[in-house]
Amino acid sequence: MIPQIDLAAIDWMLVPVLAPLLGAIAGFVLPRAATAAGMAGLGLSAVGSAAITAQVRTGAAPSTAIGGWEPPLGIVLAADGLTAAFLLLTVVLTLAIGTTRALTPAPARGAAIFWPLMLLLVAGLNGAFLSTDIFNIYVTLEVAALAAVGLAVLTGSAAALRAALNYLLAGMLGGVLILLGIGLLFHAHGRLDLAGLAAVAGSAPSDGIALIAIIAGLALKAALFPLHAWLPAAHSNAQAPVSALLSALVLKAPLYVALRLWVGVLDPATASGTVLGVMGAGAILWGSVQALRAERLKLLVAYSTVAQVGLISLAFGLSAANPAAIAWTGAVTLMLAHGLAKAAMFMAAGRIVEEVGHDRIAELDRSPRRPTLAQFSFALAAISLIGLPPTLGFAGKWQLMEGAVRADAWIWLAMAMAGTLLSVGYLSRVLVGFLRFDRVRGAVGEHQGWTLADGPPLLLAVTAFGAGLFATHIIALLAAGAPLGQLPGAMQ
Amino acid sequence: MTEFLTGLPYLPLLILATSLGIAPVIFVLDDAHARARTALNLSAAAIKVALVIWLSWQVAQGTEYSLQFEMLPGLDFALRTDPLAVLFMALSATLWLLTTIYAVGYLEKGPHRSRFFGFFSICVGATVGIAMAGNLFTFLLFYELLTLATYPLVVHRGSAAALKAGRLYLIYTLSGGLMLLVGTLWLSVLAGSTEFVPRGIVVDLTDDHAGTLQIIFVLLIAGVGVKAALVPLHAWLPISMVAPAPVSALLHAVAVVKAGAFGIMRVVYEIYGIDTAQALGVTGPLAALAAVTIIYGSIRALGQDDIKRRLAFSTVSQVSYITLGVALASPVAAIGALAHLIHQGLMKITMFMAAGNLAEELHIKKVSQMNGVGRLMPGTMLAFSLAALGMIGVPPLAGFISKWYLASGSLAENADWVIAVLLGSSLLNAAYFLPILHRAWFLPPSGTTDSRLPTRPKIGWMMAGPPLGTAALVLVAGVLANAPFSPLEWTRFIVSREYTE
Repeated sequence: MIPQIDLAAIDWMLVPVLAPLLGAIAGFVLPRAATAAGMAGLGLSAVGSAAITAQVRTGAAPSTAIGGWEPPLGIVLAADGLTAAFLLLTVVLTLAIGTTRALTPAPARGAAIFWPLMLLLVAGLNGAFLSTDIFNIYVTLEVAALAAVGLAVLTGSAAALRAALNYLLAGMLGGVLILLGIGLLFHAHGRLDLAGLAAVAGSAPSDGIALIAIIAGLALKAALFPLHAWLPAAHSNAQAPVSALLSALVLKAPLYVALRLWVGVLDPATASGTVLGVMGAGAILWGSVQALRAERLKLLVAYSTVAQVGLISLAFGLSAANPAAIAWTGAVTLMLAHGLAKAAMFMAAGRIVEEVGHDRIAELDRSPRRPTLAQFSFALAAISLIGLPPTLGFAGKWQLMEGAVRADAWIWLAMAMAGTLLSVGYLSRVLVGFLRFDRVRGAVGEHQGWTLADGPPLLLAVTAFGAGLFATHIIALLAAGAPLGQLPGAMQ
Repeated sequence: MTEFLTGLPYLPLLILATSLGIAPVIFVLDDAHARARTALNLSAAAIKVALVIWLSWQVAQGTEYSLQFEMLPGLDFALRTDPLAVLFMALSATLWLLTTIYAVGYLEKGPHRSRFFGFFSICVGATVGIAMAGNLFTFLLFYELLTLATYPLVVHRGSAAALKAGRLYLIYTLSGGLMLLVGTLWLSVLAGSTEFVPRGIVVDLTDDHAGTLQIIFVLLIAGVGVKAALVPLHAWLPISMVAPAPVSALLHAVAVVKAGAFGIMRVVYEIYGIDTAQALGVTGPLAALAAVTIIYGSIRALGQDDIKRRLAFSTVSQVSYITLGVALASPVAAIGALAHLIHQGLMKITMFMAAGNLAEELHIKKVSQMNGVGRLMPGTMLAFSLAALGMIGVPPLAGFISKWYLASGSLAENADWVIAVLLGSSLLNAAYFLPILHRAWFLPPSGTTDSRLPTRPKIGWMMAGPPLGTAALVLVAGVLANAPFSPLEWTRFIVSREYTE
């Protein structure tokens, strides 16, 4: 007989933050045990995230005031469906990326420091997802950003260093803008907890500027066109698992915060929704064109992120501009889908580069070596990014387009369709090469070059492909705790 | 939970699994395990035929299996086995078995066979899904899956020409898929459902939303019309003939184009309902478009010297018989249309397999090289000739039956112009097929003196048998058209559902 443990009686809220933090410290102190400490930290964080999700699903809105201090003075961690979705995304991605890293022979550079940095990153991200006051969110975002920059320089090449420097500067500038907005809000209202702000936001004349500053800062961190210039180099020059982390996960944190503030707290005017939509449309077009022109595989994948962030922003803008549109769940579904697919794609791309020996797209089909399994994962991930059924990307795009139809927003619909066709265009540049063999000199066999490290990206890609069939459950989870109506940590 | 498990429709799910489920296994079995792979593939195909026979028996008794779960809020993934679904499944299951046998022989020792047979299985699984889709949303899912799974088969040879054809194929089919997606989305917002229901779901909306419904109809028909190769959306089909013969045979003559024609049926009959569609004034233009396609395809076929291209244009023309029969809004013509879904499939697959045999054994790819091939490959050419005569509409072959019903249906509806189209098309059919038969049987083989024939090539039973088998079916479907469980009888059963008051 297994002893019954009452999950609700345990306070899980701190686990997703503290477990990775302890793992990071342990890995830093004991470099030889960094992998073990890292996986243990991730595993414990996974248990905590799963338990919180279970509580959210039962309808409870778990929250913990650290040290018993209530807002506006204390720090409160709380979770609703939206939080749970992002905690789970973090768990799935970091476990997959960590496993890949553990299965790959360690690269010469930065082997020991990878795990502590990644765990620190996870602690920061989970902190941002669970925080209920905007200053705390700022701090945790900065922690995550610093860890991300540290990861980006691990390759140690001059290009990576330059890219990471730009990444750092962009992140800091974004942070300063957010801090400016926070300062204005605190000056006007004397409080920073989201629930309290939701009640008073808009009453002070400076709130408009504060909103613009915060959203601009987040847009810079999320690389929303035209503030994206730092992203392609930073993401394409990093090691493959790091690229996967940066593109699939780190980018989602500012988007998550933007969604929380945008729809839940700051009650935006219709005009600002249109601005986000226009920026999103610009991102789709610009990112796609650059992806069509890119000569290197990882650069193409990075530019596709620019385009995908545009699509998510389009969904944001649509939710804000047309409350009738139910597009915000679409935005979140797109974020989750992009997270799964992009992580799979970057890791698969890394495996392809490893086997083939270079990442020049035009010459990939000359290689007699074909890492079949990695190519398959790449293709599945591409299908989800394009948004073909039954993938999770399709589920997100469908909700976005349904919102557009319901709101009679035909231009937005046309943009989403254009983005779909463009993504077919640039991703097929790579996919076609997988099937082409007439330029190879020498014999080609099937099923070459697969290793255990192909497993995690394959799992992620299959998840992204098949999860669309269960999208209704994901949307139900998002609605748990009415994330955009009543905010986590609202203490009535 | 147990209630859920016992409530599952195992038979349809098994039928789906026989092709979708084995695909990953086939991908993994490389050429060192070619025998195991072939055995698995053939037994799955044979089991599937048996299961479909069993299912059709059950459905004829009035059983209907269904599976439904919510995928997105308000949108269900739904599978259902109505008689129309069984019709299409029977076609794809039977021909999958025969074509797989053929493909094993055809691709002997070729490269990338695991990939080929894996995607081939997924394609057939997708057609089963298309057949069983219980609503337009589920139809869309499998329709796109079919696009994705056929692409690697079109470019199978990996040559520059194949890739060019593949690119065009993707551009056409994905654009069509996007049209279908937007139409489906709009329909679901407007009507609150996309379910396939005999006599349609939009009757109540015609008063207020007639214009919108017409636009949605155009979007949906454009979406499925790409695969059905309706002019002007047909250009991908002749170019895709670069694919290996089994692909051209099963997919381009049967599965893909039929998925499009099948989609037109579902949209006209079970989304709009034939009466509503007529009231909206959309059936007339559709019939006209089908008639144009019939004549255009036949005229273009006349000018093709490449055998497969001639057959491809003939497919463009012949598939639109189905669209025409649906759009005529006459129950009798509908019987012809549905029967032609099967009959055209049998005839065209025969001809493509025969063409594949000629290309593989004699390296004959052009009509002008076909002099005397009847003496070199009598079995293959016998099958080809039967199918060609069926296409022209010679009684008592299968093609005659469908044309007969189409013609009597149009007479009943006072659509006399259709008779002219059918006659013109039959004449054109004769004009592009009879010269082939004449060359094959009555002219001496080129490049040889009359007295000495080159030796007959030895083709294995795996390539010789399937076309003869399908040719025999062409004969049987025509001669025994009134027997129970013949395609014609089954279509009468279906049409009685769509048209009864």
